[in-house]
Amino acid sequence: MTDIINILRQHSFLVIALVKCGLLLFILLTVLAYLSLFERKVLAHIQSRWGPYRVGPHGLLQPLADGLKFLFKEDPMPAGVDRFVFLLAPFLSLALALTSLAVIPFGPQPLRFSILGTQYETSLGIVDLNIGLLVLFAITALGVYGVALAGWASNSKYPLLGGLRSSAQMMSYELALTMSVVGVILMAGSFNLREIVTAQEGRMFFGLLPRWNVIAGPFPQIIGFFCYFVAAIAETNRAPFDLPEAESELVAGFNTEYASFKFAMFFMGEYANMITVSCLATIMFFGGWTSPFPSAWSWTHFIPSALLAVLGVLLLIDGIRYETILGKLVLPGVGTALCALSALLLFFAPVNNYIQGPFWFLLKVFIFIFFYVWMRGTLPRFRYDQLMAIGWKILLPLSIANVLLTSLGILKWGLR
Amino acid sequence: MLDKVIFYFFAAIAVGSALLMITRRSAVHSAIFLTTTLLATAGIFLQLRAEFLFIVQIILYVGGIMVLFIFVIMLVNLDVAAQQIQYSRQKWVALALALALAGQVGAMLWRAGKLPGQGLLVRGVPAAESLPPNAEAVARSLFGPYMLSFEIASLLLLVAMIGAVVMAKKKV
Repeated sequence: MTDIINILRQHSFLVIALVKCGLLLFILLTVLAYLSLFERKVLAHIQSRWGPYRVGPHGLLQPLADGLKFLFKEDPMPAGVDRFVFLLAPFLSLALALTSLAVIPFGPQPLRFSILGTQYETSLGIVDLNIGLLVLFAITALGVYGVALAGWASNSKYPLLGGLRSSAQMMSYELALTMSVVGVILMAGSFNLREIVTAQEGRMFFGLLPRWNVIAGPFPQIIGFFCYFVAAIAETNRAPFDLPEAESELVAGFNTEYASFKFAMFFMGEYANMITVSCLATIMFFGGWTSPFPSAWSWTHFIPSALLAVLGVLLLIDGIRYETILGKLVLPGVGTALCALSALLLFFAPVNNYIQGPFWFLLKVFIFIFFYVWMRGTLPRFRYDQLMAIGWKILLPLSIANVLLTSLGILKWGLR
Repeated sequence: MLDKVIFYFFAAIAVGSALLMITRRSAVHSAIFLTTTLLATAGIFLQLRAEFLFIVQIILYVGGIMVLFIFVIMLVNLDVAAQQIQYSRQKWVALALALALAGQVGAMLWRAGKLPGQGLLVRGVPAAESLPPNAEAVARSLFGPYMLSFEIASLLLLVAMIGAVVMAKKKV
């Protein structure tokens, strides 16, 4: 027994990393499931509907039901498919999408804790790489394989057309995506995501505005952000650039022949990509975990607990008036739990200080994801030639111009 | 020790998938195994602490060039290709040339005393913290001593790109 503890202690780095991977995976998969509910709900409300409402109070158990359905559905293998590649494609899609989250840092301070009298310290985020940004782009570049191979392996015309479309689309927008962040790399002087955020700390305009890359610096990266955001939507195959799965033309695009859990893997991969891209936008253009308010305003530290309390009270009120018994029990319960969490944050100042960074980071990521859903609900799909024209004739020149202007700005005024 | 394990792991994958690449009948399978070979080679770069080379290999070769390969293969009618003779009829010439090449490489390794058993080229590398940042070192040598060859290479690529555009334009 003591031997095992000693071995674990010697390799504490590995053990901690494994535990962090497991935790992140668990949280991520839950978030992915509820993101689909979130998207359906927001889309429904944009279109004046209620959205999923039957499974659980407010449809809260819908992701669980969907997951079970995916697991237990028949998993047919169409005739004439290339078995090896047909199975490889969804696996690649999901695995790559989940891997990319490993390089994202979620907060500034390392987490310190002690087990059996030994102090350990670990950063928020799985690995802290010197080439973090490049790793993310490499994984994005590999993402094309899942879609292209799925289209080819299905041995069917609609998936093939969908796969071809999407690989052409992803290759075209990868260029704009990569070029659009060069300005940020120039300003931070590093590929390390943590250092890119640290370079954006501090205030400007008499301390009124945060020094985020999107508004500050020798040359504000607003053009870069525009190019990045548009290219990122296209790269993740989301509306209005979701041509690979244009159902009116291609049935369901590259995943037409996929059913049950293999389809779910593509689905989860898409949502995971959405989260990664939002995290990256937050880190590179919106200061990552830095607060939008000056640090002198100490009342802003209570925003997380205030938000939790308001949410909790709203849930309580709504839950008491809910129609079903289950809702009457569950919703007030969750509301009370949120209120308790908020009180906990109020009374334990160290905890409250610690969660400030992750709170702002996750809030910004959430806003980006809301934007994604919002756009899907409002914008019509682009035509294929329009899509290519935007990528090659507008975004790429714009992002190259952004690189030129940023480097000129740095030459003229120096870094800050 | 760990360095050696990592090296042999990636080396085995690279050699194995290279063999699979030339023996598969389906062109898409070959392309996938070529991708695996390139990824394993990238892994060896990482084992040598050349992280920038590692990531550039993945972004350019695996994420760029191989995707184009697969894109083209998907458009080709594979049923015809699969029925053709897989290897050309110069088996014996190829075998002789391959043996000659293997002999050359073997002789060079023998002279350097680097054959298995004599201490193979698995280098013990310094800790990553003690090395200068990779990307900067590459940039310094590219824009320093190798400036001329770098510019010549970029010019060549530019000419190739313009040529491709012109050729594609003529058909319309």
